[in-house]
Amino acid sequence: MTTLATRTETTATGADLHLSGITKRFSSFVAVKDLDLVVPSGTFFALLGPSGCGKSTTLRMIAGLEAPSEGSISIGGQDVTALASHQRPVNTVFQSYALFPHMSVLENVAFGLKRKKDKQAMEKARAGLDLVELGHLANRKPIQLSGGQQQRVALARALVNRPQVLLLDEPLGALDMKLRRQMQLELKNIQTEVGLTFIHVTHDQEEAMTMADVVAVMNGGRIEQMGPPRELYELPKTAFVANFLGKSNLMRGTVSGNDAGMLSVMVNGQAILLPADRAVQASGEVVVGVRPEKITISREGYAGENRLSGTVVDVSFTGTTTEYLVEVDGIGTLGTFTQNRGQQPAAEGDTVYLSWEAQHSFGLAGAEHEDAGVDQP
Amino acid sequence: MTVMTKKGIVDLRSPEEIRAERRKGRTGVYLIAPGMLVLALFFALPVVVLLAMSLYVKPEGGEIGEFVPGFEIGNYATVLAAYWPELLRSFGFALIATVLALLIGFPMAYLVAVRLREKTLLQGILLVLLIAPFFSSFILRTQAWKQILADEGFIAQTLKFLAILPADGHLTATPFAVVAGLTYNFLPFMVLPIYANLGRLDTRLLEASGDLYASPMTSFFKVTLPMSAPGVFAGTLLTFIPAAGDYVNAALLGNNRNTTMIGQIIDSRFFKVIDYPGASALSFVLMVSILVLVTIYIRRFGTKELM
Repeated sequence: MTTLATRTETTATGADLHLSGITKRFSSFVAVKDLDLVVPSGTFFALLGPSGCGKSTTLRMIAGLEAPSEGSISIGGQDVTALASHQRPVNTVFQSYALFPHMSVLENVAFGLKRKKDKQAMEKARAGLDLVELGHLANRKPIQLSGGQQQRVALARALVNRPQVLLLDEPLGALDMKLRRQMQLELKNIQTEVGLTFIHVTHDQEEAMTMADVVAVMNGGRIEQMGPPRELYELPKTAFVANFLGKSNLMRGTVSGNDAGMLSVMVNGQAILLPADRAVQASGEVVVGVRPEKITISREGYAGENRLSGTVVDVSFTGTTTEYLVEVDGIGTLGTFTQNRGQQPAAEGDTVYLSWEAQHSFGLAGAEHEDAGVDQP
Repeated sequence: MTVMTKKGIVDLRSPEEIRAERRKGRTGVYLIAPGMLVLALFFALPVVVLLAMSLYVKPEGGEIGEFVPGFEIGNYATVLAAYWPELLRSFGFALIATVLALLIGFPMAYLVAVRLREKTLLQGILLVLLIAPFFSSFILRTQAWKQILADEGFIAQTLKFLAILPADGHLTATPFAVVAGLTYNFLPFMVLPIYANLGRLDTRLLEASGDLYASPMTSFFKVTLPMSAPGVFAGTLLTFIPAAGDYVNAALLGNNRNTTMIGQIIDSRFFKVIDYPGASALSFVLMVSILVLVTIYIRRFGTKELM
């Protein structure tokens, strides 16, 4: 727990959020299993996972809209588990926005401030609307606004209360792609500006990685892995994270040697090098992985320490890159891509040489299923 | 579809198109014609007859029930001078019954429409119970209230036992009984519109309101109630208007001193005293008063959906 000094300091900008041993059951279905989580104050935190992984339930428990079956929640050192939603220093931006249709935009934004008997409710609400650049629409009704504008009103309505934790439940889900990218940047800027703790629930891995300081990947009611986006991407610890967060090439093999911290993994008779400090387990059966962009594809020869050769089975041109699927005998199909810099692309049926640096390999436990997290919605 | 040319406005449609469009227009007229005819025959015409009748005069030395066409505006002054207390009482009783029906009906509608939203079976059963009174006669139900409130009945006995009602007190033949009867009889007209409205209430708005520091009580007054205003509005009108003109409750549950409602007066003027002009004038006054009151109400509280 934090000391009194740091606690008073953190309340100014947001507060540490602690979930300990949280379990949520809906009759026979367990949505969240024994979850422990600490979100430091001022963090932009993303809960990322496929639908049904328990991320929204977790958010609703923090907001006080669901009661956990077991465990406790505390914000800034204060146990809020037993508090009703209106008693918690937390505000939510709902997926459906949930703007009050019978009130003007300004009244919507001032709603929370008025409940707290803030004397400057209207002034603060106006400032909040200005922050999301909607000051000129203050007197409109929500139904007269576009989806993107409604989203910003919902954000302003939550932000003006300066909650200790701001919860965002897939707030960009209903927006089109272009507006979504724009709002991601705006949200990130606003978070940096106000310095509040943001907890953002999303199933969009790109969104989570662009915006968050820390990402927790959830699956089946548990957190699979948690860390800064780059760390999660470069060094996934489970097959689910490797596949759900970006793409991965996973190959099953057996550790056959360890030379000064460099493991040698036999994958169908071919040795793949894997640094021991990048492997979850250093002996027995393991799954070796490598991200597609780390692989160099060439028709002439190898460029890295790990080398495989195969036949191109699919080529797709995407504009900036060309993506290849390469069938490697006895190992499977590996994906890779090249930047389109005018080179002659490989064609289907060509024999190509795949290679990558040993330091780009990562190792997962042999018990992992290679397809976990592939094509999850 | 027309365009301006040097020769003037030219219709670009083919003759077939023009004919088809005219046919469409005529179909609409045919469809509303029966309704208009019924309204003209059974509403507009009687209103005109009523208005004319209210100005008839009794000829010199004429028999009882003999009236000749005239333009006697004094009829209105006469009946108003004689019966303004009953008119006021009718509106007073109707207002109290409407408020009571709202206070009783809103929680009922809320329970069925919002609280039991997930429990469809229970919701259906309660909804049937709400509508069930319509399956029995209005008179019969009012008669039943006479039994419920009777001196030897359970309620009167209990109240007397608790010394809330004096030993020689009555529940029947009192203003209380009439208002209770009105409230009971028109309750479904209050509950159903509110139920229909609350059925569409987005409960996520209540979550949002709770998330924004509103206690359940505040959420109710700031979100649920304003959002259900159109239903409350329709319910109060559907209760108040028929209650103001009702005479069955006052006749069966009231007395001759302080419960007489304007409907009873109109009834007796028409069928007992045979004073057609007086009865017509009172009917007209009642109709216009309700119209004025409702207009003021709509102007003050009306929502866009009803305007």
